Amino acid sequence: MSFHTEHATMPIAIMKPRPVVQDMDRLHIRAAIASDSPALMALDEEVTGLAKRQYWKESFARSKSRRQSPRFVLVAEANGRIEGFIVGEIRAWEFGEPPCGWVFAIQVRPKIRLKGIATRLFQALCGAFRHAGVTKVRTIMARDNHVVLSFFRSQGMMAGPFIELETTLD
Amino acid sequence: MKLQKASSFALYAVLELAANPEHHLSGTEIADKYGISAHHLAKVLRDLGRAGIVEAERGVGGGYRLSANPKRLTLLDVIQIFEPVGPESSPNGDSRSATDAATALRVVLDELDDHTVATFRSITISTMLKLMARRPWAHSARASRSSRRAASRR
Repeated sequence: MSFHTEHATMPIAIMKPRPVVQDMDRLHIRAAIASDSPALMALDEEVTGLAKRQYWKESFARSKSRRQSPRFVLVAEANGRIEGFIVGEIRAWEFGEPPCGWVFAIQVRPKIRLKGIATRLFQALCGAFRHAGVTKVRTIMARDNHVVLSFFRSQGMMAGPFIELETTLD
Repeated sequence: MKLQKASSFALYAVLELAANPEHHLSGTEIADKYGISAHHLAKVLRDLGRAGIVEAERGVGGGYRLSANPKRLTLLDVIQIFEPVGPESSPNGDSRSATDAATALRVVLDELDDHTVATFRSITISTMLKLMARRPWAHSARASRSSRRAASRR
């Protein structure tokens, strides 16, 4: 899943006014539960313009699975509304590397960015990774996604020992 | 990769001013700390002033202060004032040459340039200050020293 940061595509006319999150103490980070699924999908679609029902269905299934690598879906909730999420997973021996945490997606509602919500989500995910015994966190992202790239840099992330390569299949 | 002297001096100055937001610093103070030419730094600071990144105040207690937002100002913003960065910066051989070899070489060099631009653009002055405070290089130096010691004991 990519880290799209495009602004909302939902027409403003149909968006109901909601209290803006002023007090960050009221915001809490928790593991997503099944009933969060519609709100998460809606937020993701609002921000990226892409509906990914199958992806979210699988993410929720993986977050409960004991047989597959643990996937973490955490949400930032304030005033009963989901304002952001982060998705990550611990993968072992991918690319020959010992277990490490991967961040697959992070998203915060555009109107309430720059309040430290993404930082709290990232720190919570790192805490979950640490608790699971891993000491390295990685992510991959588009070179031209300056906003999210800068965010991860500000969290202390730097270029790792890999180079991502691709080719187009004929 | 190597930065031109002016770009490095500009980054030293910007980082120094960002680390001391309450103080005005003179060019000489910054030059002395980094062991660089005060004359050259004065020219660099003038360019940074024209770009709206620093402000100069004359008189007693005067000096330079950062006027840009360090959380928004990136390494690319500063470096681009003094030198071109990215595909336009490297002639990559003869641009008129349309041979397959020249084109393939340009594709590879453009790949490197794209990474350079993305890296400089993603690192803000605030992130640089955090990196300086964290000093991860000290940790890696300690780790390599202890692994050398362990290897010599074997």
